[in-house]
Amino acid sequence: MNAPNALLHRREVVEELLRDRGDLLVIAGLGAPNWDISAAGDNPNNFPLWGAMGAASMMGLGLALAQPKRKVLVITGDGEMLMSIGALATIAVQKPANLTIAVLDNERFGETGMQMTHTAAGVDLAGMAAAAGFPTSRTVRTMQEVSELREQIHHASGPLFARIRIDPEALYFVLPPADGGILTTRFRQALLGDTSLYN
Amino acid sequence: MANPQTSEPAIKAPTPPQAWPDEVYRVLKDVGVRQVGIVPDAGHSRLIRAFEADTEARVVTLTTEEEGIALLAGAWLGGERGVMLLQSSGVGNCINMLSLPATCRMPLLLLVTMRGEWGEFNPWQIPMGQGTKGALEAMGVIVTRADEPHLVASAVSGAAHLAFNTWRPAAVLIGQRVLGAKNFKELARK
Ligand SMILES: Cc1ncc(C[n+]2csc(CCOP(=O)(O)OP(=O)(O)O)c2C)c(N)n1
Ligand SMILES: [Mg+2]
Repeated sequence: MNAPNALLHRREVVEELLRDRGDLLVIAGLGAPNWDISAAGDNPNNFPLWGAMGAASMMGLGLALAQPKRKVLVITGDGEMLMSIGALATIAVQKPANLTIAVLDNERFGETGMQMTHTAAGVDLAGMAAAAGFPTSRTVRTMQEVSELREQIHHASGPLFARIRIDPEALYFVLPPADGGILTTRFRQALLGDTSLYN
Repeated sequence: MANPQTSEPAIKAPTPPQAWPDEVYRVLKDVGVRQVGIVPDAGHSRLIRAFEADTEARVVTLTTEEEGIALLAGAWLGGERGVMLLQSSGVGNCINMLSLPATCRMPLLLLVTMRGEWGEFNPWQIPMGQGTKGALEAMGVIVTRADEPHLVASAVSGAAHLAFNTWRPAAVLIGQRVLGAKNFKELARK
């Protein structure tokens, strides 16, 4: 059990968000969020990014618009989200009901040596998402709230934004396939069927 | 002191520029485009209006063009085809994001209206306009150009089939000659 003010551990958070995930589609931002979703179990419904910093949330939008009957979860870092902060405005305008953006906020660029990001200086990602027009935007600080968020991902009408405050711990890597062609092909095959293999 | 303002006329495109956006719209519909990412350019306004009136298509206005590369990658993962309409200056905003279609063997279709070339008035458009083709090619995008209105639709059709059949990024550069050039001095007089 966490002490009341202890920071959440990212692998526990992601494991809970992805518990009994059903047919949830998941995109992870580069670096640690990629290793986190992979630690919870590599899955063809995962698209873990290894680059293209700033792509995660907009990929989530394109996917959510293309697959309105499926739930789409983007899990990314505060640094990655800040790089494409305008995407919050773009997404809020499009109002995809099936999309959740969950930012693992360690207030650091973890992957590159734990340098401080703007959130360490008080920049409020949940406030920015709310101001952009996300109907639901919250900060999550406890595992109880993580479980509530998990429920909302599956059942609430979005778009949802959650900033999850986590410990700036550096953990071992858990690597999914690295080749973009393999990641794309297996994702599309799982979602769209074998016909997606034919040009 | 005010600048001396000459009476040189706006440089007009050589043939009536009306038809090509409608032809391009038909081509894009025929290849099944459903998501349309845009950062507007005047040269795209007629095509944008056509898609805005189209209930089967979703127009996604972007804050920066690199969002469009990621949007269309997500669309492809979800089984939808898309296009981005952008100005040549916006190509510069996309460069690292073009790693995504290049690495993931994804189709990408970009229709780029050119500035910073034929008839340009604004010097700020020159560096990126002159660098557009090189920047795209450096990132693995297959580039074709259309410099006459009646050739635009066939260039778009060719690029779209190349992109969606071989799963590669492709761009069509629509020359400033097709679009006509603004005369800023004339506009300043109004
Ligand atoms: C365009 C670009 N700039 C910089 C980098 C280097 N880089 C890789 S991961 C990363 C930080 C990611 O931070 P965050 O998203 O907060 O993830 P964390 O590791 O903290 O969970 C940076 C700056 C990059 N890959 N691409
Ligand atoms: Mg971080």
